[in-house]
Amino acid sequence: MAEMIATRSAYGKALVSLGARRNDVVVLDADLSKSTMTAEFAKAFPDRFVQMGISEQDMMATAAGLAAAGKVAYASTFAVFAAGRAFEQVRNSVCYPQLDVKVCATHAGLTVGDDGGSHQAIEDIALMRVLPNMKVFVPSDATVTEWIVKQAAEVPGPVYVRLGRLPVPVLYQPDQRFEVGRAATLRNGNDVAIIACGLMVSKALEAADILIAQGIEARVIDMFSIKPLDLEAIACAAADCGAIVTAEEHSIIGGLGGAVAEAVTSAGKCVPVERIGVADKFGKSGKPDQLLEAYGLTAESVAQAALRCIARARGM
Amino acid sequence: MVSRRVECSKQLAAIAAKLRVDVMEMVFRVQTGHLGGSLSAAEILTTLYYHQLNVDPNNPDWPDRDRFVLGKGHAAPALYVVLADLGFFPREELKSLRQINCMLQGHPDMRKTPGVEMSTGSLGHGLSAAIGMALAARLDGKHYHVWALLGDGELDEGQIWEAAAYASFSGLTNLTAIVDFNRVQLDGPTDCILCMDPVADKWRSFGWNVVEADGHCVDSLLKAYEEALAVTERTGKPSVILAHTVKGKGVSFMEGQAAWHGGVPNAQQYEQAMKELTQQLELRGDCGCSR
Ligand SMILES: Cc1ncc(C[n+]2csc(CCOP(=O)(O)OP(=O)(O)O)c2C)c(N)n1
Ligand SMILES: [Mg+2]
Repeated sequence: MAEMIATRSAYGKALVSLGARRNDVVVLDADLSKSTMTAEFAKAFPDRFVQMGISEQDMMATAAGLAAAGKVAYASTFAVFAAGRAFEQVRNSVCYPQLDVKVCATHAGLTVGDDGGSHQAIEDIALMRVLPNMKVFVPSDATVTEWIVKQAAEVPGPVYVRLGRLPVPVLYQPDQRFEVGRAATLRNGNDVAIIACGLMVSKALEAADILIAQGIEARVIDMFSIKPLDLEAIACAAADCGAIVTAEEHSIIGGLGGAVAEAVTSAGKCVPVERIGVADKFGKSGKPDQLLEAYGLTAESVAQAALRCIARARGM
Repeated sequence: MVSRRVECSKQLAAIAAKLRVDVMEMVFRVQTGHLGGSLSAAEILTTLYYHQLNVDPNNPDWPDRDRFVLGKGHAAPALYVVLADLGFFPREELKSLRQINCMLQGHPDMRKTPGVEMSTGSLGHGLSAAIGMALAARLDGKHYHVWALLGDGELDEGQIWEAAAYASFSGLTNLTAIVDFNRVQLDGPTDCILCMDPVADKWRSFGWNVVEADGHCVDSLLKAYEEALAVTERTGKPSVILAHTVKGKGVSFMEGQAAWHGGVPNAQQYEQAMKELTQQLELRGDCGCSR
């Protein structure tokens, strides 16, 4: 059984070690530091922590100002407020002037759970991906999270990192090497490719286990780098497998599934793409696992989508 | 028509005390929900719903009803207890707060819960929505009044001040805001997070009448409602009631503690909390008014 760590916890820890290494790093939060885990940075480096109060829009533009004056600003709140409430500040004050603001948004997706649909961001990948100059990352585990949080300080310009509330399995060894714009292939196979991000990566691995029992070898790709997207990995998946399933804890519109479908058609590949995600609905209250089940974000539904996709490919 | 307008302040205080017991029970059962801000709003919600608001539980969509918007949507547990007790929906629903496929979502959902006037949960939206309702009343020539309950942390949001400017500019006299002024937000006391003092002066400078009240004393609140309505009528400006409260009110170890904003008690803490809350219920009506 893999160790379980929430990506927001890995974020909190990574910020502290980053803060120790670089004193140009400042962190902003909007009255959620105990939930986003920036409280750890606040404790370690109180002078470089900016508590903004409940004012997300103000926070993003303040982060932009800090960045314009030479800081690397990490701004955190829940994803629904970071990408949603403060969207236009992120667009015009962060992305347009290409500033070093690293928006690290926690509590993304359905697994927020009890708080309900008002707090479950299912559209943030789409909102952030559409912005010029923005880079978008959806880490699947604590190891990638730690890497991307530190890497974000080295990557020039705006970055969006999507983090979760729920503890998720650790998938990578601490010494695993990652690259911006390069997906990680966690399992090889040529019958179908499952391209996933966030907590759906571990579901995709489980789905691959289900499929193996039926003699189907699935390739499992962790597309933690949504933008820049790994076009080569997608083209290879299309060419080698001829069937692609995407899986994300996000709307099936405009997120990973949308990005992959765009890439497949742009590459002129004629392969079916089945998108697993939230089917154009808002979330609701419930326990995280119940919600994943209710919205069809399970290993079983990924495996079924793979079978459907293979059948479609054969019929083409 | 008010379904059952309670005049006796002792009785109102007792209803508020019972509300606290019910909220504690409900949140403990499901181990999720925001206690601090629910407990601090007990008297405010009680005086509004049992005395002030013109609503009909048997006809929740009655077009002439008064409207109430819970800007601080995380205090939903307290609102749900009131609505259930008034008969907007069966009390049985309280047991499935925040559970999958339930009526009572983590934050108020106007499409799922009878009696909920506006879906809230994202702080800062409520006052704007209340203004929209007040404008609609004016357009329709209706005489209902719109009330909005805001958190003091919620006042950090710029949108609140955009709304405040607009409401006074447009001379809305069918709108009253109440601030649950408990001086605590999520990460800590407002004094340490973002202190908005002087709050009364801010509202005044935005063109509002300000009425101060002891938010745990029903007499003080009732007087404040009366005064707010009268002064609004006289001045043509909307009023805001700064209701001074204590977050987590009624449970000694929760009072004033940010940790109990969203924290839920374990069995031992629950026992202690219930002991204190039921004791207060037995002492019904002794509100110790300071104003
Ligand atoms: C726009 C927005 N930002 C952040 C939150 C998260 N949040 C929920 S409650 C809360 C603190 C609210 O404090 P206050 O308004 O004082 O409420 P009360 O003390 O009455 O509970 C925060 C930051 C939110 N719900 N909405
Ligand atoms: Mg407060």
